[in-house]
Amino acid sequence: MNKVLILGGGTAGTLCANRLRRMFTPEQLSLTVVDENDEHLYQPGLLFVPFGTGGVDDITRPRGEQLRAEIGFVQQRIERVEVADNRVHLADGRILDYDVLVIATGTVLAPEETEGLTGPGWLEKVFTFYSPEGATALAGALSRFTGGRIVVNIVDLPIKCPVAPLEFSFLADAYFHERGMRDRVDITYVTPLDGPFTKPVCARVLNGMFEGRQINFVGEFNTASVDGEAGVLTSFDGRQIPFDLAVVIPAHSGAPYVAASAGLGDELGFVPTDMHTLQSTVAPNVFAIGDAAAVPTSKAGSVAHFEGEVLVENIRHFLAGEPLSAAYDGHTNCFIETGFAKAMLIDFNYETEPVTGHYPSPVGLPLLKESRANHLGKLMFESMYWHSLLPGRDLPGVTSLMPRSGKHLDDLIRKEAT
Amino acid sequence: MTTQTLAGIDVELNDEGFLVKPEQWTEDVAVELARKEGIDPLTDRHWQVVRFMRQEFFAKGTGPTVRVLGKTSGVSVKELYELFPKGPAKVAARIAGIPKPKGCI
Repeated sequence: MNKVLILGGGTAGTLCANRLRRMFTPEQLSLTVVDENDEHLYQPGLLFVPFGTGGVDDITRPRGEQLRAEIGFVQQRIERVEVADNRVHLADGRILDYDVLVIATGTVLAPEETEGLTGPGWLEKVFTFYSPEGATALAGALSRFTGGRIVVNIVDLPIKCPVAPLEFSFLADAYFHERGMRDRVDITYVTPLDGPFTKPVCARVLNGMFEGRQINFVGEFNTASVDGEAGVLTSFDGRQIPFDLAVVIPAHSGAPYVAASAGLGDELGFVPTDMHTLQSTVAPNVFAIGDAAAVPTSKAGSVAHFEGEVLVENIRHFLAGEPLSAAYDGHTNCFIETGFAKAMLIDFNYETEPVTGHYPSPVGLPLLKESRANHLGKLMFESMYWHSLLPGRDLPGVTSLMPRSGKHLDDLIRKEAT
Repeated sequence: MTTQTLAGIDVELNDEGFLVKPEQWTEDVAVELARKEGIDPLTDRHWQVVRFMRQEFFAKGTGPTVRVLGKTSGVSVKELYELFPKGPAKVAARIAGIPKPKGCI
């Protein structure tokens, strides 16, 4: 009997385990998931917590309960992987061996890498909504905010859900409007990139979203330090931005055990992985999925979902001694909340940047366009997440490969011609 | 997009002065691109950053960020800004002949 060991019981690990459990009987394959805690957080829900629409408890469920019967769940911290020996060491001294290892431990926030970020003022004047504690503390601070400058600052890429800081800015604009105090709040978006939208079609179509909402933009800002006491962001090239409240998206790293395992991770602790097969380049029997994998697409739940279908097929191929299928195309799909009960939708892959049109077909949700339907889609998605996506069921109309039908791909041809 | 002759090679540059085709890059082209940025000559420390950026781009599909440069290029972030005062991500990427950093939208 083959043993598959899955490290991480989040979106990627859970859906991968459940799909494998349906593909193989317990007599054919033993399946174990390891995670250091039993709290499965619906991460997209963190975006709404600062605006007082619900607490972290509402978006958290036990990890073990999301796994099908006959999947082992071990709750323990992972110490390191010994790739050459096919073994995983846990913090309590246990050693687990495997035939196939799946790394699905996502990312951790690394606020300590930025000078001053976790110093005086942290979770008082300087927050993040990327953690449950941060999002909860920020809800209190926003409700007490009486006016001044709020900076939304991305320290460095990659980050999870790269559109979330944009969404936060749009929702903050709407939130202060609804409280009748928008004129007393300056929202400034501060990023290392040189524009709020950097892909050509998005830049053209969405140009004006910041001006229309009076959100200020500071680009090419690489944050060197955050002084919570004085209320100042400083960049490596010496620019300073004063703030009254900072919402910082800290640098992201892979899970600490990846860096502690010789030869497993890159300089940030992500696992070098073939972008199409999802087999790691570390060892043939080690695969990586979701945020933990160093592949050139977004770190996002939809990526983990689309990768999952390819990954389980490739584990089946690998165990059968067959060639892997290079089927993952980088497909990513995200709703972008834009405030006032509207949202946009983007859908793209490695080759095709986000364009206008409709998803998943000419009759569908509008792409790169604000609509109520997209906002309802985002809200409804939470239930689909728990009941369809995590159990590893196919979502109606949603395929692993990016659909081309419905997309205005001539947008791109026009771009190439210019 | 324009075509320019740099160090005897016809290269395509986009509106922001980045090479359209990273494979058109040569070391002589880099010297010319650096001159346009006011960096002349390119010292060994500049070359270390430029070569590292190309290597990362071809290995990973995206150029390294300031954080990655600081951790692995062998040049500290402070020195990086001394070498490329207008910002390593854009200026060094331009000299290295790789695209500027982009987000997902």
